[in-house]
Amino acid sequence: MFRGQYDNDVTVWSPQGRLFQVEYAMEAVSLGTACVGLKSKDFAVVVGLSKPTIEMGLSQPKITSIDQHVGICIAGITADARVLGTYLRTECHTYKHTYGSLYPIQRLVNNLGNKMQISTQRYDRRPLGVGLLLAGYDDKGSHLYQVMPSANVFNCKAMAIGNRSQGARTYLMKHQDNFQLCSNDELICHGIQAMSYAASIDEPLKLSIGIVGKDQPFKILTPVESLSYQKTCKPPDTSDLSWFPETLKEFDSSAASTADSAPGPSAPRTETNSQPNLSVTPKTSKNQVDNKKSS
Amino acid sequence: MMNNSCAQPMWLNGPSPGQFYNFMGGNNAPAQLPRELTTAGPYGTKHSTAAITTGSSVLGIRFDKGVLVAADTLVSYGSLARYQNIERVFQINNKILLGGGGDFADIQSIKRSIDQKMIEDQCCNDGVVMKPAELSSWLTRVLYNRRCRMNPLYIDVVVGGVDEAGKPFLGNVDLRGRAYDDYVVATGFGRHLALPLVRERKPKDREFTFEEATKLIRESMKVLYYRDTRSLPQYTVGICTANDCSIKGPFKVEENWTFAEGVTGY
Repeated sequence: MFRGQYDNDVTVWSPQGRLFQVEYAMEAVSLGTACVGLKSKDFAVVVGLSKPTIEMGLSQPKITSIDQHVGICIAGITADARVLGTYLRTECHTYKHTYGSLYPIQRLVNNLGNKMQISTQRYDRRPLGVGLLLAGYDDKGSHLYQVMPSANVFNCKAMAIGNRSQGARTYLMKHQDNFQLCSNDELICHGIQAMSYAASIDEPLKLSIGIVGKDQPFKILTPVESLSYQKTCKPPDTSDLSWFPETLKEFDSSAASTADSAPGPSAPRTETNSQPNLSVTPKTSKNQVDNKKSS
Repeated sequence: MMNNSCAQPMWLNGPSPGQFYNFMGGNNAPAQLPRELTTAGPYGTKHSTAAITTGSSVLGIRFDKGVLVAADTLVSYGSLARYQNIERVFQINNKILLGGGGDFADIQSIKRSIDQKMIEDQCCNDGVVMKPAELSSWLTRVLYNRRCRMNPLYIDVVVGGVDEAGKPFLGNVDLRGRAYDDYVVATGFGRHLALPLVRERKPKDREFTFEEATKLIRESMKVLYYRDTRSLPQYTVGICTANDCSIKGPFKVEENWTFAEGVTGY
């Protein structure tokens, strides 16, 4: 990836008007495992795909809570994310001490964006190699923000970032009109299903799920809870593959076998569904992300 | 062969004899002490120990849909009724009223800080408006901080208003950062004279109505005028509800001194 003399320094423009160092930092996000976030009127959910960075090891935390009304899901360099998490947590804490109330989400992410922007404009800094999905709930309702290493901050209805997240984004794009009125359970199910398109098919999904909303402080579901959600959530309507990403089609062995056409993800299902990527039997992961720093 | 004449001196970057090593590596330079603590001279800085130009009572009453904050328009210089037409109830934003008692210069000072905060709020352009409870909390921090620096602001303020849901808030913060909120708060002599009058009329099972609150303000301001020597028969009232936040007045106290003829024994 030779970009000539224009990528040595974050402060140097390429003649095409690009900042290569910043773009490289964006690549660090797609090395991390996928994160999916989506929101309804009253709830915001983030789902992270955890993979152990070493076999037998514990996976790095994908989701961290910031305050009772904010949580983040991270993709990229975990160490950088920890710095951001500490910053956000300190900000929220200071705000709460000073004003006795919760930090307004939009102001929080804007301040975060301003802080991150500095490192994209100084030769002695580097952009943080981490992307965030920030879920929060405040007086103005539920919020989902995407924060990028380029210090862009986007207010999203739903978003997926990280490794192989395109499949999840396609799912979210297709279903985005339904999210607004979803209950919290339906929202989590949509998140799990979106994530199933970002994960490889030959291993069980190990998900961390965080939810925040009206009368619901930010909560990271326990492994038992998230497994039970994975069990009860219906698999995506596999008979309709028209929108299914071409690249993933060949992996989907169960497309023909599951022919359940009942609409909506809300109906709980007790029997274990047959789609392998939603199976909960523990298996050793073979498909590791080669960058061990990323989570 | 080593050339000893060019040898580097040992212990570079170390502390000079008798000094301590700076383990922070210069990253955290010690914060400069505030100027109020570093004034040269035999006595250093002398902080004010009393209010000079003072406002007297402020009275706030919360009712079911909002708050009323009233204060007379007098700013005294000691016992001299020096400035007789100064409003002491301020509108902070569309949701907050502030009534100031105590040293009027300090009130103006804190008012300027608050106005600056409101401008910063607007600069964010995110539709977030400060709530009265937040301002009250912030004032607590500021005033307590000043107290800890042995340089308090000699003020006693009433903060009132409504939040986004239209829920009224009424609180009081004083010069030490002590704070409480209630359906009626008062500063200065109003705490002795007006507070009991209002509490006496409070129905146990409900909040005041707007009519009750206005009537109580009118009566209390009259009592305060009759019995507080640092007061005037003229006052302004701030009213804050979900739809309206403004300062009304000045109003006149209905005074009647005919009874004075019968007063004897002084």
